[in-house]
Amino acid sequence: MPDADIIPLGTRGRPGRGSRAASPSKAARSLAPPSRTRTRRSSAAPGDEGAPAADPPRRRRPRLVRPDDGPSGTAADQQAPAVPDDRTGDSRTVPAGTDASPDRTRDADTKDAHTRGTTQPDGAGPEGPAAAEDGAAKAEAAEPEAAEFEAAEFEAAEFEAAEFEAAESEESWAGDAVTAALGFVRRRVTGDYEVDDFGFDADLTSAVTMRVLRPLAEKWFRIEVRGIENIPAEGGALLVSNHSGTLPLDALMTSLVVHDHAGRYLRALGADLVFTLPFVSELARKGGATLACGDDAERMLAGGELVGVWPEGFKGIGKPYRERYKLQRFGRGGFVSAAIKTGVPIVPCSVVGAEEIYPLIGNIPALAKLLKLPYVPVTPTFPLLGPLGLVPLPSKWVIEFGEPIRTDAYPDGAADDPMLVFNVKDQVRETIQQTLYTLLMHRAHIFY
Amino acid sequence: MGRVVLVTGVAAPLGARAARRLVDDAGIERVVGVDVLPPRDDLGDVRFVRADIRNPVIAKVLAVEDVDTVVHMSVVAGAGRAGGRAAVKETNVIGTMQLLAACQRSSTVGNLVLKSSTAVYGSSAHDPGLFIEDMSPRQLPLTGYAKDSAEVESYVRGFSRRRPDVAVTVLRWADVLGAGIDSHDSQLGQYFGLPLVPTVLGFDPRLQLLHPDDGLAAVNRAVVAGQPGTYNVAGPGVLTLSQILRRLGRATVPVPAPGVGTVGQALRRATDLELSSDQVALLTHGRVVDTTALRDRFGYEPRWSTAATLEDFAEATGRGPLDARRIRSVEQRLVAAYAAARVPRGGTHDA
Repeated sequence: MPDADIIPLGTRGRPGRGSRAASPSKAARSLAPPSRTRTRRSSAAPGDEGAPAADPPRRRRPRLVRPDDGPSGTAADQQAPAVPDDRTGDSRTVPAGTDASPDRTRDADTKDAHTRGTTQPDGAGPEGPAAAEDGAAKAEAAEPEAAEFEAAEFEAAEFEAAEFEAAESEESWAGDAVTAALGFVRRRVTGDYEVDDFGFDADLTSAVTMRVLRPLAEKWFRIEVRGIENIPAEGGALLVSNHSGTLPLDALMTSLVVHDHAGRYLRALGADLVFTLPFVSELARKGGATLACGDDAERMLAGGELVGVWPEGFKGIGKPYRERYKLQRFGRGGFVSAAIKTGVPIVPCSVVGAEEIYPLIGNIPALAKLLKLPYVPVTPTFPLLGPLGLVPLPSKWVIEFGEPIRTDAYPDGAADDPMLVFNVKDQVRETIQQTLYTLLMHRAHIFY
Repeated sequence: MGRVVLVTGVAAPLGARAARRLVDDAGIERVVGVDVLPPRDDLGDVRFVRADIRNPVIAKVLAVEDVDTVVHMSVVAGAGRAGGRAAVKETNVIGTMQLLAACQRSSTVGNLVLKSSTAVYGSSAHDPGLFIEDMSPRQLPLTGYAKDSAEVESYVRGFSRRRPDVAVTVLRWADVLGAGIDSHDSQLGQYFGLPLVPTVLGFDPRLQLLHPDDGLAAVNRAVVAGQPGTYNVAGPGVLTLSQILRRLGRATVPVPAPGVGTVGQALRRATDLELSSDQVALLTHGRVVDTTALRDRFGYEPRWSTAATLEDFAEATGRGPLDARRIRSVEQRLVAAYAAARVPRGGTHDA
């Protein structure tokens, strides 16, 4: 497995797990508790009893039924009962008639399939169509008003009279895509939309930004979402995530996933650089981002927003490929103070897959200094293939939202206690790092 | 005995309106208006004294009239009638110093109200989303009105240290926009009125507007109710520059950031609109202030939101070629055409 080098041997899991996933080393076999292994084998293949060494060489990746292949519920449900729990995996019974050689790789995958079956499969979540309909509904609502105006202000006789009749007699076309799109364009051209104090433009974000990002998330990265229920349905919360991938696609993808699956807008806290660059700053503000500073974070959290922060910053996003999935320092813990001050929960978020989209193998510091950028990346494709190098590699992503960490039980003034802040910060960091390791262990392959 | 209020800068529309409002107040016996130029508007019952606040004669005015409250309205944004930028700076900064010197000597003055500007916060990419009163600018404004305002405020702070018995109220106005406002008080109105509005390519700043009625009501309240402190005064809500220009129906021409200075110079020659670097920064990064203190501590709730202020301005000054009504009619035609094209295929519309 490509990620084997960073899985800490002996810290968790079973012997033989790390370096040779499918065939444990001799040393590891001797460490393994023999009785349990035999019990399992005997139930599956009676003929091999007592002869673990004679086990047939296991297939590295057994063929398995993915929920994508068919109706997700049925495929997953058929296999799921065999896997009560990952930790107690050895006591499971393998259903009769199955292949005798299923090993842990397979179990991990079935578990994987199970989770996927219960959470969102590929494609739009329940909020997806709802959000799409929202725009249409808005346009529909604008319709009568527009018609009224027309009647009062412009007299163009027959042509419009016919139009009114059509509008009254038939509703079917009123809400359809073309009309909605025209309404949207009209709203944009006349400035008829609202932005909040931070410049967040919900109209533009749900109608354009999310629509552009959705195919990238669903078709290209095939993002699998776990633990979406850990995002509070309402009220302030601080989402803390690892940061990787040379360009902050992970932040965009997390925003999309939160929007589509949890039905909330993620208000990102961005670095100074984001607001210095033309176009980027404009898009960031309109997408709901603001500068990563305590004042803004507290204001948004107190206002009941779901705020996203990537505390590793440039250290995380611009780290070389060989250091992938090693969390960097988590800033100075300002985000923890903000959460404690406003008493909102911290939701740890772990993103697997973003590290591989642009493997950073080099940097051009002189050019970076000249352009006033933190780094100028060299990836296997980037300067070499020109703009084509900007196409991210289609790695398979998993985004897992962990259990919220409460901050409302601390006494007053806790935010000014640096030791406490550091402890909470470390706790968040450890949670994310451990989740990353777990997700990596269960990941079958970078690309699928 | 009633109160006597001295208002500076009454030659400009805002100063004149502030003075007239104060005269109408029952608790105020007399309002003295001071300016170096004769007022253009009718000042009503305001006693006008033609004096230059840049020379010590202002101290005599304070003594002769027994002034107890000074409302300093003559820190102005643009050149207007006063001449070039140097003259404006002279009036803004030296005038304020002279006025404060006179106030410090005076035994009668007990209140000072300063009309300042949110320009003191500057505008930069490193700004927080909203400024509150005790934040300092991330990048000190180096030119123009913003620098003048910052200097004036620092002199007023010095004054309030030396005369702690004088109640000082500083009202930081957002950009004021309204029908009667000339470039003396805010450059935005003139900027929005350009036939082709230059914007900074790739940036869409957030702006806040203030209706003159709200600003003047706040000044009035500062004189009458007396709630010393520093307060941001701005209409609730935020509009982006693109949104403002679209609502006004203006055509825009985005200019890359390095070229904006050149465009500004060209505009200065052609019109009396002055796009100084602090203005360009505002039009690049925008600025939004928090008005919680105004509402909660000062006790004034602005009645005009930013959007309503803009609407009022548009009604008064007219809209540009890309009028919302025209665009709406175009949309209606397209929708109708689309519907008509679909009717024969659907075949159910005849009923």
